[in-house]
Amino acid sequence: MAYTEEELKKELETKEYEYGFYTDIESDTFPIGLNEEIVIAISKKKEEPEWMTLWRLEAFKIWKEMEEPKWANVHYEKPDFQKISYYSAPKSADPNKTLDDVDPDLLEMYRKLGISVDEQKKLQNVAVDIVVDSVSVATTFKKTLAEKGIIFMPISEAIKEHPELVKKYMGTVVPKTDNFYAALNSAVFTDGSFCYIPKGVRCPMELSTYFRINQAGTGQFERTLLIADEDSYVSYLEGCTAPSRDENQLHAAVVELIALDGAEIKYSTVQNWFPGNKEGKGGVYNFVTKRGLCEKNAKISWTQVETGSAVTWKYPSCILKGDNSIGEFYSIAVTNNYQQADTGTKMIHLGKNTRSTIISKGISAGKSQNSYRGLVQVSSRADGARNFSQCDSLLMGNECGAHTFPYIEAKNKTAMIEHEATTSKIGEDQIFYCNQRGIPTEKAIALIVNGFSKEVLNKLPMEFAVEAQKLLEISLEGSVG
Amino acid sequence: MLKIKDLHASVDDKEILRGINLEVKAGEVHAIMGPNGSGKSTLASVIAGNERFEVTQGSIELSGEDLEEVSPEERAHKGVFLSFQYPVEIPGVSVTNFMKTAINESRKAKGLEDMPAKDMLKLIREKSELLEIDRKFLSRSLNEGFSGGEKKRNEIFQMAMLEPKIAILDETDSGLDIDALRIVASGVNKLKSKDNAVILITHYQRLLEYIVPDFVHVLHNGKIVKSGGKELALELEEKGYDWLKQETAV
Repeated sequence: MAYTEEELKKELETKEYEYGFYTDIESDTFPIGLNEEIVIAISKKKEEPEWMTLWRLEAFKIWKEMEEPKWANVHYEKPDFQKISYYSAPKSADPNKTLDDVDPDLLEMYRKLGISVDEQKKLQNVAVDIVVDSVSVATTFKKTLAEKGIIFMPISEAIKEHPELVKKYMGTVVPKTDNFYAALNSAVFTDGSFCYIPKGVRCPMELSTYFRINQAGTGQFERTLLIADEDSYVSYLEGCTAPSRDENQLHAAVVELIALDGAEIKYSTVQNWFPGNKEGKGGVYNFVTKRGLCEKNAKISWTQVETGSAVTWKYPSCILKGDNSIGEFYSIAVTNNYQQADTGTKMIHLGKNTRSTIISKGISAGKSQNSYRGLVQVSSRADGARNFSQCDSLLMGNECGAHTFPYIEAKNKTAMIEHEATTSKIGEDQIFYCNQRGIPTEKAIALIVNGFSKEVLNKLPMEFAVEAQKLLEISLEGSVG
Repeated sequence: MLKIKDLHASVDDKEILRGINLEVKAGEVHAIMGPNGSGKSTLASVIAGNERFEVTQGSIELSGEDLEEVSPEERAHKGVFLSFQYPVEIPGVSVTNFMKTAINESRKAKGLEDMPAKDMLKLIREKSELLEIDRKFLSRSLNEGFSGGEKKRNEIFQMAMLEPKIAILDETDSGLDIDALRIVASGVNKLKSKDNAVILITHYQRLLEYIVPDFVHVLHNGKIVKSGGKELALELEEKGYDWLKQETAV
């Protein structure tokens, strides 16, 4: 029969987390706790040069003096940083191995995720650097990229092979002192991706990384550094899935983008860390610092689809330093059950005629809380700066919350800043209208949510758009009331 | 085709339909008229399976099948169509995308593959011409920013696309100017055949000049108090509903 509110709720009970399996791989895991010795041990494990070890130690010193930020609209039990193990690598990982040598369990895990290396290899125009826990396991398309002079490799390798680039840029956009989690990441990051696009080169394929947390109780500290040299172009995709665990897992990544004069970087993320079960137990704490620097005439575009994690704290930002540079932020954040998200962006206009666009779509269901927090800052010398912000919220049921915290600081009279915001609710009448046309309720919700998110979904590369739409559907199952 | 027997329905424990009996055969056009609050729209919603209303007694049969346990989407798959009095907006979902989803869901329920894009386009072209709809209109978000007339025309366009067995048009004439009314009515007339049936719900006789009913029923206080041919509509127009109210008051 047709649905009433009550029945809708029951009928749409949360689907168990799809990727909630745990692959039993022998791991090489450090004892829990964090001190200088652990930091040194991580550095040693990665066979890093001394300058890197010292860099980490300095970050650790800074971190020790810092406190966790408390201003976000999220409530959770603070992680005990001495109860986390800061290094975990699948034992079988060895970058020199061919696919045939890869642990069959690992391949099986990829298969379940639908991202098997075999499949990925066949995917045209997508180079994949797969990160399981903390060590890169397989890197493909490296050769094709090398022909163009593009460097795409795990950051641990880049530290050894391209120290001049890493030294020059790491920590320039997100300094070690930036915030509590960035400092922590700087001290203990285990791996991540490094990418360099040479002058005038258009990267011929979408670069892609999949991250995953696998080991129980293991913190994940990814570090990504992406440099687009003058007049170059790159589109980078980052996708995350994580298996289900009962205890909360900490994820504190740092992503730094550098777009030199005339360069363009498109950075797209689909984030699907384990959100916790429907009682709000478990789930990933996702405290991420992502920031890009735009030099003259450069452009950085962040697109994110955030469906996972128990707690999200994330503000991909742009520093529009160069004149005529452009920053964009397109976001879909979905929260269901007991998830909490505090996410948004910072657009810092420093150069003249800099422009920024913010489109944020928040979808809240269940008992979740979804906050947009954004800062548009125009400095006194940024003549002719312009910003357009649009924040839309879609609510399902009566127990969730949507919040908008837009901050504007304009120190230049020529600045033009526009802000629009809407809040709407999926109604029983919309569902019935769809039902009457022969569209079942689940499909109707997907249709309405996809329509609501369309402006952002359209910004995703084709490869991601389909996956993102599927994710939206999965994350919202069990949500309408 | 549609057989309604002693139908009682209520919302929030308030009885609105109090024993409706109605039989609609293939090829027929029925008009249901009546004053505000007589239960016309409720009847339409209940036939379509809107569970905001509780059926407390009686039955609805479609081609011999009792619809009691049939969900609204299954009713749609079986050929029930409701042109809404107040069509809802779905931002970001184009008319085309909405129709594609509706048609393919219906096909899926029947075990058919999705309609090939080529056939879909052909169907859209054909039906939009029938209703004199500008193709640009079809890429707009469903009902968002549509005028009253555009919304109603869009409802009939959907009816044309879905080719229902029984179409219930709930006050499709309200909000239409005379030109739009003519186009909508001519569309409905072209879609009419000996295999399908139409129920027109209206206040006024105006629509019935364009779509001529075989039967006219007057609904009052949740009951059909009078039935007749098309001339009954004219009589109502002339005398208003008051004479019927007096006639049926006990």
